[in-house]
Order: sequence, then structure tokens, then C-alpha cells
Amino acid sequence: MENNGLPKKNPLSLQLDLSKFSQESFAPATDEEKRQQDVMSKSTTFFRDGMRKLFKNPLAVISLILLAAILLTIIIAPMVVPYSYEEILSVNGKRDKGAKNLAPFTYSQMEQKYIDQGGERFPHIFGTDEQCRDYFIRVVYATRISLFIGFFASIIVLIIGMLYGSISGYMGGRADLIMMRVVDVIYSLPDMLMIILLQVVLNERLQFPAGSFLSRMGTSMVSLFIVFGLLYWVGMARLIRGQILSIKENEYVLAARSIGAKPGRIIRKHIIPNCLSVIVISSALQIPSATFTESFLSFVGIGVKAPMPSLGSLANAAREGLQSYPYKLVFPAIVICLIVLSLNLLGDGLRDAFDPKLKR
Amino acid sequence: MSETLVEVKNLKQYFPVKAGFGKTIPLKAVDDISFEVGKGETLGLVGESGCGKTTAGRSMLRLYTPTAGEVLFDGVPVTDKNIMHMRKQMQMVFQDPYSSLDPRMTVEDIIGEPLDVHHLCSNRKERREKILELMNYVGLNAEHARRYAHEFSGGQRQRIGIARALAVDPQFIVCDEPVSALDVSIQAQVINMFEELQDKLGVAYLFIAHDLLVVHHISKRIAVMYLGKIVEIADSDELNRHPIHPYTESLLSAVPIPDPDVTRARQRIILEGDVPSPLKRPTGCPFRTRCRHAAEQCAQECPSLTDRGGDHQVACWVR
Amino acid sequence: MSECLLSVQDLHTSFFTDAGEVQAVNGVSFDLNPGEILGIVGESGSGKSVTAYSIMQILAGTGRITGGRILFKGQDLSKWSEKQMQGFRGKNCSMIFQDPMTSLNPVFTIGDQMREAVVLHTDRRGAAADARVKELLELVGINEPEKRMKQYPFEHSGGMRQRVMIAMALACEPDILIADEPTTALDVTIQAQILELMQSLQKKMGMAVILVTHDLGVIADMCDNIIVMYGGRICERGTAREIFYNPKHEYTKGLLRSIPNVNNMKKKLVPIAGTPINMLNLPKGCAFCPRCDSAMKICLAQVPEEIMISEDHKASCWMNVRAAYEEVIGK
Repeated sequence: MENNGLPKKNPLSLQLDLSKFSQESFAPATDEEKRQQDVMSKSTTFFRDGMRKLFKNPLAVISLILLAAILLTIIIAPMVVPYSYEEILSVNGKRDKGAKNLAPFTYSQMEQKYIDQGGERFPHIFGTDEQCRDYFIRVVYATRISLFIGFFASIIVLIIGMLYGSISGYMGGRADLIMMRVVDVIYSLPDMLMIILLQVVLNERLQFPAGSFLSRMGTSMVSLFIVFGLLYWVGMARLIRGQILSIKENEYVLAARSIGAKPGRIIRKHIIPNCLSVIVISSALQIPSATFTESFLSFVGIGVKAPMPSLGSLANAAREGLQSYPYKLVFPAIVICLIVLSLNLLGDGLRDAFDPKLKR
Repeated sequence: MSETLVEVKNLKQYFPVKAGFGKTIPLKAVDDISFEVGKGETLGLVGESGCGKTTAGRSMLRLYTPTAGEVLFDGVPVTDKNIMHMRKQMQMVFQDPYSSLDPRMTVEDIIGEPLDVHHLCSNRKERREKILELMNYVGLNAEHARRYAHEFSGGQRQRIGIARALAVDPQFIVCDEPVSALDVSIQAQVINMFEELQDKLGVAYLFIAHDLLVVHHISKRIAVMYLGKIVEIADSDELNRHPIHPYTESLLSAVPIPDPDVTRARQRIILEGDVPSPLKRPTGCPFRTRCRHAAEQCAQECPSLTDRGGDHQVACWVR
Repeated sequence: MSECLLSVQDLHTSFFTDAGEVQAVNGVSFDLNPGEILGIVGESGSGKSVTAYSIMQILAGTGRITGGRILFKGQDLSKWSEKQMQGFRGKNCSMIFQDPMTSLNPVFTIGDQMREAVVLHTDRRGAAADARVKELLELVGINEPEKRMKQYPFEHSGGMRQRVMIAMALACEPDILIADEPTTALDVTIQAQILELMQSLQKKMGMAVILVTHDLGVIADMCDNIIVMYGGRICERGTAREIFYNPKHEYTKGLLRSIPNVNNMKKKLVPIAGTPINMLNLPKGCAFCPRCDSAMKICLAQVPEEIMISEDHKASCWMNVRAAYEEVIGK
């Protein structure tokens, strides 16, 4: 490199072909031109961002579609299907004894005669059960019941758990210590035993006004809800307490204190909104768990009272005729699986989409 | 020095730490410090990790309840009773621009929260106007009011934090490492903004940082802390030219200077060993374990700040 | 001129994320000679750490070298298999990282971790390996090495851990030591200790050092040659004196104006306007253009070519070309 002889002022003339440039190239760039680079990206909230991620997850989308389909079915079916869940099939007013345990999409002899004579008969999509009731509508109602129980049990768990967990987490210190030991004790109680015991006790003591909603549900359902309210909130409480403990350490909570915000305001405005995603996700995962518990209880006979069907009790009833009429077990079992699976997958998808990864 | 705005007298902040079954020993984060901040002035507070500077700032604002000592604002002691009133006079800007803003709140809500807490605006219109005025002060665009904190860069978030602190029109702001988490080119923007706000609004600062060059630039006076004690306070230029305390000397010589000739010509005083844990503080002067000039007296009694002339105070037996 | 130890030629590295391709390094070239201390300085997003990681090929999952060559003693590293890289890492080139708290494994003792480094790359075993570990600990100024070897990382302070990291890195006397922000997480007085240690070790063992940092003070103190990076490209390279006293790139000039001036500490700082670059959306021309006070039309359109200012000073800024142009037409 022979640059040593060159004056410091102009070392470049040997390197570049300066004819490539013109005066124009060196004119100053305007602010407008520079600013084109500085566009701020579209405003998204945390929620919108998470929903976008959720819809990119194929399993979550499939679960959503499935759940939507199930919900639609159980809403629309009773309007379309002319049978009721406790109605014993009858043709022209006469009890149809031959309509026992019909296979799907078949008709009994009486019904067949009726159709041949020109009458219209809605098909038995799932067949009938041993009490001559349309099975499809029974499964639909059973799904309603199971989902209802799952949903409301989750709400009970959510409310109690959130209240308890947030107080314990925010207060900290001694109060937190004692409250968590209570949680530990409750955790160790046997839930099945308690449900059975409660049911026995309530059966004798509780007298619901006849015909009311509660009496139709049955004491076992009430005792189920009571036990959920007593026992199952502990998991949620621990979760929320953990979230609050970690959120409490964030600097923006300290900043809120330095502004002069009182603890109530801090919990309401800063802490709860920030653990909302966790709450939603674990509630979403709570529903299938509650549904499954209910199904199990109904299966062992301490669930919903007849004639109200539940997916578990239908499955239980189907045990007897398993060899001859396997479909009677298959349908409720598939529905249970679909509900639980899709809610679980949805919950997982929600967790992946909304998990706070807030630092860039 | 102009009229005193904030005076800290013998402030102690101890935290109980578990040590074995049922026993707790006190972690002496801040151990008897006293200093003053003048109206409209900046006092820099420097020291390394564990020296207690962040704790000192937070104790001053009563974010921790002080173990002993008092903090006087304009001559009035700060207590739990008048703390709400004091929170309108004394505010804080935090270090981490990423965690000091609530990710679920819009810029408008973040800056508006102090206004809401202290009921400073009587209606929504007034609130909105005040918020836009504050955003303007710190150089943020009005159209950004509805956006969320995570959409901004570190420097812009720090501006939001400053706007939040200014909302109540405070006379004193504790700045806890406000530029340490920012890139160099952005630091200058934020530092200049601090200075402009001081010129325009007359706010006094306690500027806590570990970057000595920045602290020297922005502060009129500097206090040096070590293991919970103030070892030297002086005017910033004076401290730089004539550091007296051995720790200050080695601290200044350890700072890498962005100027090759100057930094390579320097005689560096390298300290041996590590900073002792605040839980196991040496008896007497806390610095004696690493001090070249340590004498017998240093182990027996802890020196207090004495005036060496020209408002230059030093806590040392030997120098 | 001695043979160049490491030659990075037109390196391009990108990360393929959900949000798009982040071009972290866009055409970086430099040479490293034996025994040289090279500093790479830049802010966050400049691509300096990614460059170092690319050399060691320890990029995170979504990262890939998309172009260029990295020649180590004449052979192209970027084409090597993982097995070949494993032989290279630790033996020919070691790295120390920023956070001493997390770069050591908390469940193994210091001795175990250092022994691993020795055993992997040399053929010492057992007592010989232990002796080497002791030797290394003494080399980095840790006293009572036998006691320290049996202790766990959490029992040590940040400064000690960083010394252990340095000892591990030097276990096989590598040709190159890459230090990625080695003192950023340490206190000032500890930082001084570590920098002093690194300088004395470098003199003793003669390895080349690549020091990646954002701290201009550390760079001024330690480095023979400096590279300034912005937006994944090299803005300017030269000796320490050239860069600090005769900057020829607007970004370097801006950086130096925005830090407190040693000779006049109270002088008002002149910040660089705007916000750091968004790596997802690189401008067509010079990466620094949107923030540059002296931006010209050509800066918007074309990436600046690298111009030689003097034998040991090169810059990629159209301002220099303009100066030359004006000289020529002025003549």
C-alpha cells in the first residue's frame, strides 16, 4: 500500500472513482426522507397479540371449532329433535314397548308401521335406551348437565380461590403463613370420601321445595357443588398467591406505592390485571377436570339423580347391555373425551399464547 | 450551597435476615447517614453494589420504614401521618424502564395515575390536558398516549417514568440509576432532559448511580457511600481533583475513561479483595479491610464525617 | 506482516424469528493478528455479540450464518462440522461471558468444572489434571486454590467467578480469547481488577483478544485496535488513538459527543437524536442515516463503501467521500 506519500487531506482519490458521484448525491437529506424509517409498528394490545398467536396454533383452533360445534348442537338439538329426555316413546298416544334398545337410525315396529302409513317420525340418531327413550336427546341433555356442572364448579373454585389467594399473597408475613397452612390441611383431605359422606348427610337433612331447580338437581349434585366449594379451590388459591408474590416484586408496584396508591388500588389496578391471563388459563383447565370428576361420580352411582341424565350416569347404565348394545357406552364416552380433550388443548393453547414474555 | 430542601439526619435502615432457627440478624443496609440536598440542586450518590445507595433513596421516600433517624422536607419531618402530602413533593424515577411501568396500562393511565391518586384534576378534560402537557415536557408525541408501555424503546419508557414522577409537580426527585439500563446514545438524551427540567422547573435531584462520569457531569455535589456509610461528600469538581478518602481515590482511579491517552497514563490503585458482605461488616471503619493506610484506630472505632474545609467532608482517621 | 490469525470476510448472520428475518450482522470483515487486542464497540442491536457468537458458532437456535467466511489459520470455520467446532472451541478459541452469576453451573464445584475443561482438551487425567487446575487458579490470582476447588459457585462473589471463567477459558492456552462484555456486570473496582488481570495474562501468554463491549472507557483502556459497529455493519475501524481523537464516521463522532468530556465535565452533552435501529427493518442505505445530522441523499440510497483514511484507519461514511469529491472539483 503506497499511501504514505499522500497528503492527509486527500487520501481517497486513489481509491474511488469520483466520477460516479455528482453534487446532487451530496445534498442533505430532508427530515421527511429520514423519518420514513422510523414508523412505529401497529398498536397491538397484549390481548390482540395473544389472540393472534392462539389462532396460529392448529390444535387450539381445532379445539375451538370442536367446542363450538358441541355447544351449537346442545343448544339447537332440543329445538329440532321432537323428543324429550324423559319421554318414553309413544306412537299416536300409545306407549311403544317395542322401542327398547333400538340401534341408531332404526325404527321400532310400531314406528315403522306409522311411517308406512304416511306419518313423519324424526330418526333416532343414537337409537334408544332400555326405557324406550330417545338416546340422542338424552346424550344432548347429559352434555348440557355435565358442562353446566363443570362451568359452575369452576366459577366457585375461581371466586373462592382468587379471594383467598390474593389476600394471602398480598399480605404476606404471618397471615400468609397461617393461611397457607390451612390450605395444606385441606389439600390432604380425601375428596371422594367427603362427597359420599356429605351426600349421605344431606340426603337426610336437606328437603328442597318440590319441583324447584335444586330438587331436580338432587342432593348429590348439591353436595358435589358444596364439596367443590370447600375443597377444590386450594389449587387455584396457591396458584394466585404465587402469581401475586411474584408480581408484588415488580418495580411498577413499588412505583405505584411511591406515587401514594393504597394497597386496595394496587391490587385492583396493578396486580389482578397482570395475573388475569393465568387465571383465565387455569379456569379453562379447571372445567374439564370438574366435568370429569362429575362423570366419574355419576358413573359410580353417586352423581345426578334419574331421570336427569349425565354423561357418566349414561355410561354407567350402558354397562349392563355392553355386549349387545355397545353404542350406548360409546356415545357418551366419546362426548366426554371430546369435551375434556378440547378444553385441555384449548387451555394449553391459551397458556402458550398468553404467557407473559413481556421483555423484548 | 443554596437553601436546604431535604435533610437526612442519622438515617438507619436495617432489614432482619434469618440466620438459623428463630434467630434474625440485622442487615445494616444504611447505617447512620446524614446529608442535605439544596433547592434546585443535584446531589449525586455513588457507590458500588451493596453500599446501600438504592436503599437510602427508598428510605427517604418512606418506601421502607426507617429503622432510625429522620428525613426533613423543608424543615418538616416526614412521617406516616403526612406521607400522602409528602408524596406530592418527593417522587422517584426508577432504574429499569422495562419493569417500572405496568405492562397492562396505557401511557395515559401510567402518567395519569398520580393525578388520580391525589385527585389533582377535577374532570376528564383537565386530566387529559395535564397528561398531554407532561408528555410534551418529556418529548413524547401526543398520539402515543393510547399505546402500551411495551411498544416503546428503553429511552422512551424512561421518559414516561419521568413524566409520571413530574405529574404531581414535585420539588424533589430521587433518580435511582435512571440511565444505567440505557444505551450510551440514549443516555445523553435523558440526562439532558433531567438538566432541562431542573432549569425550567427548579426540581432538586438525588442522583443515584454507579457511573462516576455521568454523576460528575450532572451533580453539583457528590456523596460517596461504602457499606451503608457515607465516606466523603464534596463539590463534584473538588472531589474529582482532590479526593481525600482512600476509597474515593481508588474508585476514581478505577473508572475507565474514554480517552486513551488519559486513561493509559493513569496510575491505577487496584483494591485487593472483594467488598465484604453487609452481613459481616468489619468492626470500626468498614473500608479498613481493603485500605492501604489502615491503622489500629480504624479497627476500633468508626470515623464520622468531619469538615476539611470548603464544605468537603470526609470520614477517615488517617487522611 | 505476520500471518493473520483470524480473518472474518463479509460475514452475514441472521435470526429467523416469528416476526421475520433479523439481519443481525450485515457484511462484517476484519482481521485479527496474533497477540492483538481488538475491541468491538457498539450499542445494543449493533451486532457485536452476534459476531462473536458467529465465530464460535454458538448462535441460538434460530440463528444462522447466511454468508461470508471465517478463516482461522486459513481454514473456513463456517463450513466446519459440529465435531470440528468442538475441537476448536476451548482449544484454539475460548470465550468468557458477561454474567458471572449464570455462566457457571451451580450444581458442580469449581474444581469439577475446571477439570472438565482440562480433561476435554488435553490428555491430562487425575492428579495431573488437578495440578493444572491449581496452576490455573493461581494464574488468575485466586489464593488458596485447593480450598476454592471444592467450593461451589454460589459461595463466591462476581469478581471471583469471573476469574474462574477466565481460568477455564485459558486452560488450554488458546490462540484467541473472546470476551463478551466481561466486566459489565461487575462493580467498578472489581472491573479494574479483572481488566488488569486480563492485560497481564495477555502479556504473559500472548493470545489474541477480541473484547466486545459497549463501554467506551474500557475500550479506550484496553484495546490496540477498535471496530465500531452499528446496525450490523462496521462504521469505522482503527487504532484507539485514531478512533478517539480523529473519528471519521458520524456515528462515532456522535457517540463521543454524547458522553461527558473528561476535560470539561460540565459541558452540555450532545445526544444522538432518534432511537436505536430496528433490526427487522434495515434501511436501504447507511444504517445510521435516520439519526444522522449530516445525512445526505446518497446516504439514503447506498450503503457506504469503506474508505481508507490512513494506514490504520478506515471508515464507511459518505461524508469522507464528499470531502474528497469537493477537494477534487475544487481543484
